[in-house]
Amino acid sequence: MSHLFELKLTEVVQALSNKEISSRELTQAYLDRIDKLEPELNVFITLDPDNALAQANFADIKRQEDPEETFLLGVPIAIKDVLAVKGLRATAGSKILESFIPPYDATVVERLRKAGMVIIGKTNTDEFAMGSSTENSAYGVTHNPWDTSRVPGGSSGGSAAAVAAQMTPIALGTDTGGSVRQPASFCGVTGLKPTYGRVSRYGLIAYGSSLDSVGVLGQDVEDVALIYNLINGRDTRDATSSQNPKDEINLNGNRTLQNVRVGVPDEYFRKGLQSEVETAVRDAIQTLETLGAEIHIIQLPHTQYAVPVYYLIAPAEASANLARFDGLRYGPRVDGGNLRDTYTQTRGQLFGRETKRRIMLGTYALSAGYQDAYYGKAQKVRTLIQGDFEKAFEKVDLIAAPVAPTTAFEIGAHQGDPLSMYLEDIYTLPANLAGVPGIAFPVGFDSRRLPIGMQLIGAHFKEQILMSVAHSYQSATDWHTKKPIL
Amino acid sequence: MTLTQELVEHIAELARLDLSDKEMTRYRQQLSAILEYFEALQAIDTDNISPTSGMQEGSSMLRPDDTIDGLGIDDVLSNAPDIHGRQFRVPPIFN
Repeated sequence: MSHLFELKLTEVVQALSNKEISSRELTQAYLDRIDKLEPELNVFITLDPDNALAQANFADIKRQEDPEETFLLGVPIAIKDVLAVKGLRATAGSKILESFIPPYDATVVERLRKAGMVIIGKTNTDEFAMGSSTENSAYGVTHNPWDTSRVPGGSSGGSAAAVAAQMTPIALGTDTGGSVRQPASFCGVTGLKPTYGRVSRYGLIAYGSSLDSVGVLGQDVEDVALIYNLINGRDTRDATSSQNPKDEINLNGNRTLQNVRVGVPDEYFRKGLQSEVETAVRDAIQTLETLGAEIHIIQLPHTQYAVPVYYLIAPAEASANLARFDGLRYGPRVDGGNLRDTYTQTRGQLFGRETKRRIMLGTYALSAGYQDAYYGKAQKVRTLIQGDFEKAFEKVDLIAAPVAPTTAFEIGAHQGDPLSMYLEDIYTLPANLAGVPGIAFPVGFDSRRLPIGMQLIGAHFKEQILMSVAHSYQSATDWHTKKPIL
Repeated sequence: MTLTQELVEHIAELARLDLSDKEMTRYRQQLSAILEYFEALQAIDTDNISPTSGMQEGSSMLRPDDTIDGLGIDDVLSNAPDIHGRQFRVPPIFN
């Protein structure tokens, strides 16, 4: 090993516990790496170097005092800027929160802190997590570490790029319609979107409340599992938090895939899919078969409706969730003279283009005279999409599919044509609409040497099999070990 | 389908968004195109399908009715653009 930042999470944990390195040295190594790459990549919205080093020093002292301390003590982590970290600015990628300092920790952050993890900064995101490219951030676009003229995906593009560029060993993201899985795919890292309700949403700045889930991005499944094991589990402060017992992923089991039934949905391999993506994903499915899995062709007939259903339901929920940003309790205020004009001018001037577009779309879908035809209809078709998955999971244990129709696209490619951008989300939206878990990981490169991802989708609360199978794949291949040249 | 100018203005009013004429025009065009694409949903027979409104398992969850300390007043006010003593100060509601 030539540089500390080249360690992956499990190696970091090992080196810290063997006292080969200190948390201070490690944290400093990442901060130096960030210093070097940040001007080119624009990954972080807010960095917290002094506090991070203080947390690292504290962790080193704690480890001296009690060598049996938790194994994640002193390990750095980056957090998507839609999650509240007490005392550290949270913008959600928006100007309307440019000065917001959360007075409390999100539940997931509380759990990271309890384990002694070091929070190094807040990563870039599309405004309020609305987007698939980080181009909708008020703090500038993040550049893909594999090709800086391209987007990193989104909305957790900052977290995905941070892991790919080794500016952090691990990061938290959120996934409402693919926002962990798609950037993971574009940046060649591993990203988990857990089952809806598995991880608390308390302290997450809400976008689409029936869809939002907090996920993890890391270099491989092993790394992601360590943090998922830490953050999942019931939280009484989130009314939709699952009553299921806390999940504990174990990846030490048998790596052959005997008796694992993998479904390949016809609908995910139709027109619009880049041929190199199709080839890489089919090769990966072939690898799963070689490892012992049974491959079944399945149907998810309502897939084509996922885009309209999602882009009615998520904006509808967003239009209600974002009503709280009114210039009265937090954020800057544009003084309109009276209350009404203060509301409309604050919101009109400080929300970005895509956010306003989705608020307009959602408000329309919920407005008198149109609610039944749009929001109501979308809710019913959502039931049909869930039904597709229920039927599929009677026959197979998990589903293998592409994450996105293409590899990372060029910055500006979809500018001025929001619908074409929405259509890019076709393969990731259904899992959110059904509330099921998914994991994306690298399975190859296209001719431009841009990473290609595949996702596995499981039934509700089946994270274990999802991650076991992804781990088997990574034990047999080395795509996840490839790094961009920076 | 094309949304009328009046309807777009009405939506902006409901959403409490002050939009420029240019924004109105842009959103009118874009939302019209998006909604036209979404018309595909109307072809699906959903007569006997119940809507999905949330992802909760089973019925609503209950918790013990314990007292939990919320944020202190200083914390709550710490991000406000304008305060008066221990209160948020807002612009006049009536002239």
